Amino acid sequence: MSIAELPLLQQLVLVLAALVLFTSFVLLEQARLVAAIHAFAWQGALVAAVTTVVAASGQGGHLYFSALLTLGLKAVLIPWMLHRLVQRLELDGRADSLRRPALVIMAGVALVIFSYWLVLPIVEQELSFTRNIVAISLAVVLLGLLMMASRQQAVVQVLGFMSMENGLFLAAVSATGGMPLVVELGVAFDVLVAMVLFGVFFFQIRESIDTLDVDRLNRLTEAVEGEE
Amino acid sequence: MTSALWLAALAVALAFASGAVSLFAGRAPRLLRFQAMPLVALSGAAAAAAGLAALWQGGSVGAELPLGLPWLPWRLRLDALAGFFLLVIGLVTAAVGVYGPAYVRHLEHGRDSLPALGGFTALFLAGMMLVVLADDAFGFMVAWELMSLASYFLVVFQHEQAANRRAALLYLIMAHVGGLAILLGFGVLAAFGGGFDFDSMRAAQLPFAWASVAFCLAFLGFGMKAGLVPLHAWLPEAHPVAPSHISALMSGVMLKVAVYGFIRVVFDLTGQAHWQWGVAVLAIGSISALMGVLYALMQHDLKRLLAYHSVENIGIIFIGLGLSLLFLSDGHTLLGVLGLVAALYHTLNHALFKGLLFLGAGAILHSAHERDLEHMGGLLRRMPWTGLFFLVGCLSISALPPFNGFVSEWLTFQAALQAWQLDSGVLRSLVPVAAATLALTGALAAACFVKVYGIAFLGRARSRHVRRARPVPLGMRAGQGMLAILCVAFGVLPMSVVAMLDAVPVQILGAGLPQISAHGWLWLTPVAPETASYSAPLVVVLLAALAALTAWVWRRGAVRRVRRGDPWDCGFAPPTPRMQYTASAFAQPIRRVYGLLFHVDEGVETQADGSARFHSTIGDRAWGLFYLPVVAAVEASARRIVRLQSGNVRVYLGWTLATLLVLLWIIS
Amino acid sequence: MDHIVTPTAWGWAAVQALMYALLAPLLAGWIRKCKARLQNRRGAPVLQPYRDLYKLMGKEVRVAHTASPLFRAAPYIVFTATWLAAATVPLAANILPTSAIADIIVLVGLLALGRFFLALAGMDVGTPFGGMGASREMLVAALAEPAMLMAVFTLAMTAHSTNLASVIDAQLGAGLVLRPSLLFALAALVLVAIAETGRIPVDNPSTHLELTMIHEAMILEYSGRHLALMEWAAQIKLVLYGVLIANIFVPWGIALSHEPAALAIGLGAIAAKLAILGAILAASETVLAKMRLFRVPAFLNLALLLGLLGLLGHVILEVGA
Repeated sequence: MSIAELPLLQQLVLVLAALVLFTSFVLLEQARLVAAIHAFAWQGALVAAVTTVVAASGQGGHLYFSALLTLGLKAVLIPWMLHRLVQRLELDGRADSLRRPALVIMAGVALVIFSYWLVLPIVEQELSFTRNIVAISLAVVLLGLLMMASRQQAVVQVLGFMSMENGLFLAAVSATGGMPLVVELGVAFDVLVAMVLFGVFFFQIRESIDTLDVDRLNRLTEAVEGEE
Repeated sequence: MTSALWLAALAVALAFASGAVSLFAGRAPRLLRFQAMPLVALSGAAAAAAGLAALWQGGSVGAELPLGLPWLPWRLRLDALAGFFLLVIGLVTAAVGVYGPAYVRHLEHGRDSLPALGGFTALFLAGMMLVVLADDAFGFMVAWELMSLASYFLVVFQHEQAANRRAALLYLIMAHVGGLAILLGFGVLAAFGGGFDFDSMRAAQLPFAWASVAFCLAFLGFGMKAGLVPLHAWLPEAHPVAPSHISALMSGVMLKVAVYGFIRVVFDLTGQAHWQWGVAVLAIGSISALMGVLYALMQHDLKRLLAYHSVENIGIIFIGLGLSLLFLSDGHTLLGVLGLVAALYHTLNHALFKGLLFLGAGAILHSAHERDLEHMGGLLRRMPWTGLFFLVGCLSISALPPFNGFVSEWLTFQAALQAWQLDSGVLRSLVPVAAATLALTGALAAACFVKVYGIAFLGRARSRHVRRARPVPLGMRAGQGMLAILCVAFGVLPMSVVAMLDAVPVQILGAGLPQISAHGWLWLTPVAPETASYSAPLVVVLLAALAALTAWVWRRGAVRRVRRGDPWDCGFAPPTPRMQYTASAFAQPIRRVYGLLFHVDEGVETQADGSARFHSTIGDRAWGLFYLPVVAAVEASARRIVRLQSGNVRVYLGWTLATLLVLLWIIS
Repeated sequence: MDHIVTPTAWGWAAVQALMYALLAPLLAGWIRKCKARLQNRRGAPVLQPYRDLYKLMGKEVRVAHTASPLFRAAPYIVFTATWLAAATVPLAANILPTSAIADIIVLVGLLALGRFFLALAGMDVGTPFGGMGASREMLVAALAEPAMLMAVFTLAMTAHSTNLASVIDAQLGAGLVLRPSLLFALAALVLVAIAETGRIPVDNPSTHLELTMIHEAMILEYSGRHLALMEWAAQIKLVLYGVLIANIFVPWGIALSHEPAALAIGLGAIAAKLAILGAILAASETVLAKMRLFRVPAFLNLALLLGLLGLLGHVILEVGA
């Protein structure tokens, strides 16, 4: 089935999903913390938009609510919290240097192709109109993980973690018309709590080792050995 | 068709004759110039004629030579594929034969051995022609080794320099490892076919696993000879150190013989193609193309730079072959044919422009005694004809319309763009990535040749030798001119070339490209006119017409006075040649962008007298990644084996006895 | 093939080619005017680039002592190649023999041919600035060309064609379809166009500092009619990219027949599209600052990434299994 045969709203879902994927790449290579947080906010807004469009194409009322929830939480609240955190930690003009950006981007592209290859069997079952979005969602999840693996800055790693969650949510919305409301609320709450905890941790880490570069955490073991 | 085979035999015979004549060149040095080189040219012309005849007539003709072992006669066969490669060999050889006499002249008074040069050139040529003509594995391997060994002696020709000897030794080792892989590949095929002749191999039905083993061995062996990354390391060492006209033959032709071997074995002999092979060839081809051109950009030795470009172009050829394998495995025969035709076209083109560029480098070496770009400059005004021909070569290799390199890259792009017809979505998304690599390669090649031409031929001379450069003799200009004219012709008239090439896929794949010539000689339409069309003749006509119109209007309307003055110097001292951009400076931004891929060693040293010196060398990462581990492993195992070497004769005899016993036990 | 290559079609193609050449300075003047207005200046009249060209034609040519014949041939080659490349892009009518002669890959090739000679001309005199400009131009080109072709491939995969007229036909025939791939291809092409035409933030066409120049550094030694040709070629290139973007992504309005009414509408439509694009370009140049040279690779890698994502989006989202 080619895209031209789909109704316009569903085409819009596809466009938005592709943009979500793009924001994942922006997150992956964005060196500046503040800009990365903005990209993350955009990603949240796009996921909310996908949810709204899926809801509008007749997938049921509670999706509107989860769209609102996503928008409020992922596009506004969490980015705002991160922003404040970054300001209080005095990290705002800081750039987290990505060591081999081209290599990471190439790995990202390979991940997209890989996730497409993974979902091909699902696609052949003709599950739903937006079935190919599963591939995109999986790619967003994997890219989030890649981001966590390739960055040193703890704040950026949190962004990666959050964008993984975005990917999962996207998959849920597009493939099955959203999770039950209770589950969604629970997940949203979890994310929020995680955010708060991360914030606390950042201060703790910084107080104890004076940086947020996670590569420095390696030295903790040596320090302990040194004391013994 | 029999006449074509006779012509081919004549070409081989002429090559041997040239070798025989040059044996006497030790006493009469002029023999090389006045007898041997013209014979080489004639041999090339005969080979080209034989190839053309074979392509024109189609079909194939075989013959059996009364040589070889009693139960294993040598068979020759001239078919369209062999004919095409004979044509490639012949064209370049003819030009080299015309170019050669003037070039070897300066060797007459040197200490280098002229019989060796002439004799091994002849053997090298004969070997290449026989590889193409061979119709059984036995004859193929003998001819292959003849080619490899003869070219080894040509590489080591100027053996006074240690670097040349080292390069030649590396070449010899690599050639033999490759030869071994090819031999094993033929062994697999012969085991299933029940004979060493190609006919029985072709008839054999191989299971996928064994076919893949044969494919891998052939890919390894021929890829090593062709210089695919990461097996390319010998190529930029060996090709530049041979005399320039031999470099032209090695880069322009010998690599093509390896491509011939690959096509013969994979497309013709093993039969059914598999997509895994296609992916492997496509991936290695893309990597070779990209790495080749990036390393080429970093070189400032002109011949070495050209040698790295051979790696790039071989990569492009293999991209075409990989696409062809992918489409064939998917059942799209016509698209498979398109990929193959693109690869063959590029093979022909690369032979021409790389031959041309090496001859040009030879001309510079001849008249300015300089290989290093950093010392050149302003050669266009000193050697206008060489400059013009070299420019044609640069434009062709940079894949710019309307020259020949563009046509073959355009065909490759068109084949890649048909990837939407593939069944597998993953392949559909991988093929365009390869195409993007090809695009990057083309753009980088253009950057590289702007550097070469701009530094060597434009600007002002950077050294005294170069300032005194004079035009080269007529023969050298004629040799370059032949190839330059062919580069232009094959770019402007792609239809005739494709029509000629069509016989090859008809013969080995059973299908041609009917669509490509369906709209007359003006239009190249690989798939359908709505999909894509290119009319090189009209592009040329329009370019010329628009240029003429512009020039006419401009010269009428504008003030015609031209005044000569000094260049802009910012109001400071007038610029000197040393203030020009250098080759390294030109490539520096690209080096910085792709810094990851190079092994850069640079720094500033303070000399004893307080002055500072900047040094910068760029090494090939392939060495550290692939070769040094192998060397280390070999050395480690050698250290173990050395324990056998006790120095006591009786111990050696004991080992001999033990070996004998084991062997007897095995065969009993 | 035969239905396109008729004498009338050739006639229209010639007219279109002339229009490219004649209208190119107008767009340049328009952009300059918009920029001036945005910066609260009155700015030169829109027709000023014509006057500049005319004046340059009336000046005598100064050629450096060290220049070779290539230096004097290059302006003609650069101009012709760029002009022919432009002539293959449908401007107001979509029935053109020129787009059959040269598809979009040839177009990229022709532009590369022009650039090749431009860079060589820059290196010919042997001043450091020329070499610097040539080196930088080739770096930008080497990064921009794959991104451009990636975007083109995305289009070609959608339309199953590299023939520009067919691509536009396919776009028109499909009606309003929201394709993620086209969105990405558009973004990639815009970035490439900015880099290739030497606009801010990659290069500044009105810079006066030799060390920050790319395009201007290469033509630093040119004067008189040669300089006029080089400038004009750059203006044609700008129109070319504008028309390419406008007609591929928003093809509506382009004439599909040789009817005078349709052609008039086509002309009006493209003029309006170019005016809007020019205004957007002027606005973005006012807002943005020029980047450091070594930020340009990141900029163009973004274009390449967009092209790649467009292609993957096409394969994954649009074709189905």
